[in-house]
Amino acid sequence: MALPDRMAYLTVAMHRFANPARFQRIATAILPWSAGLTVLLLAAGLYLGLVASPADYQQGDTVRIMYIHVPSAWMALFIYANMALASAVGFVWRHPLADLFCRAVAPVGAGFTAVCLITGSLWGEPMWGTWWVWDARLTSVLILFFLYLGYIALVNAFDDPVRGLKAGAILVLVGVVNLPIIKFSVDWWNTLHQPASVSRLGRPALDPAMLTPLMVMAAAFMAYFVTLALLRTRAELLNRRIQVLQMARGAS
Amino acid sequence: MRRFAALVRRDLRLSLRAGTDATTAVMFFVVTVALFPLAIGPESTVLARIAAGVIWVAALLASLLSLERLFANDYEDGGLDLLALSPLPLEAAALAKVAAHWLVTGVPLILAAPVLALLLDMPAGGFAVLMASLALGTPSLSLIGAAGAALTLGARRGGVLLSLLVLPLFVPVLIFGAGAIDAALHGVAARPHLLLLGGFLAAALPLAPIAAAAAIRQALS
Repeated sequence: MALPDRMAYLTVAMHRFANPARFQRIATAILPWSAGLTVLLLAAGLYLGLVASPADYQQGDTVRIMYIHVPSAWMALFIYANMALASAVGFVWRHPLADLFCRAVAPVGAGFTAVCLITGSLWGEPMWGTWWVWDARLTSVLILFFLYLGYIALVNAFDDPVRGLKAGAILVLVGVVNLPIIKFSVDWWNTLHQPASVSRLGRPALDPAMLTPLMVMAAAFMAYFVTLALLRTRAELLNRRIQVLQMARGAS
Repeated sequence: MRRFAALVRRDLRLSLRAGTDATTAVMFFVVTVALFPLAIGPESTVLARIAAGVIWVAALLASLLSLERLFANDYEDGGLDLLALSPLPLEAAALAKVAAHWLVTGVPLILAAPVLALLLDMPAGGFAVLMASLALGTPSLSLIGAAGAALTLGARRGGVLLSLLVLPLFVPVLIFGAGAIDAALHGVAARPHLLLLGGFLAAALPLAPIAAAAAIRQALS
């Protein structure tokens, strides 16, 4: 396929999924499954993490904070990357749905980032002897949190909701610079926060007894995110429809 | 290029004639820095230790001050519509306005910084690096701030919102700017910090005007 053809094909495919009615149908079909999966995985992950897995030989039971802390950190980055992708798509193909998705998931991402920061602080107190250090990774996650808050504030700052969404999309794309900084901060700067111990391909530094509950929890968080994203995007769509109806009524 | 220069000249003339932007930024910079010895106490060892950070934070806040009006005046009187219609690409127009903003606020900050460093008892060995780091850092601040200013055009409470959006993005500049001075004062090479600042500027120089122009188009449509 020549490049223009492929672009055209991609555009058609994107438009098919961006159709709000189709999205509603897909969302309604997926939601019960993702919600059920969330409950199952969360129950399994919490049992595995809090009861079945061994305590660390050095950290004792505090190591169990990891099963919340690490997956929420992953989600914080993952959701921002999603928002950036959706913003780019919304910017190029002008899909209203992409911008609505961004707006819908931003509070979820902010929530995960807050959970990551809070659990990290609770973990840091017994391990490092301090609630907070101005370490590269902690600081960059804090900045990510501010970016989420800035996006939410910007989107809500305009009388015209579409203008807010478009401005927010540009902000998300500008803020993308922060993602690689967070990801690699522990490798670039030798700081208090430990380097990544899961993503070393082939030979993770984590014992399988701890890796399994961690992965189950990560899957649970992911399923939870999918559920929330579908629910909230649907709510945003309905909200938009109500606004349009109200404006039409006001104009008539 | 001629149009670009004309726009820079126009903005410079406007802000110099009004005579407020340039002086307010410097005055704010000086007064903010002068508050620190009053609050922390006059021990020169403490002041010398925090001088780099204090000067950088004050410079950052001072350049934020006038950013809010960067596009707002032209947006309100319709001048921005004319700029968008002119043959000069909007990206270049945004860059011209940034250049004018930096010349009016950034350059006086750089010139005033050594005097303030003297007041804070910073060892003279850090002065050159202080000015170099500000010279490399403040254009980045103006550039990133311009994107923020364009995004908040027409927003409610635009000024507060602008600082909320832009301050997190200023953080790398702040870290490496103050870090360069600290390195120089401790006898470590300041060059890596300055190179990173330069790299940041090299990335912001082409990208920030694009983001600002996209945001202006959104605001005008």
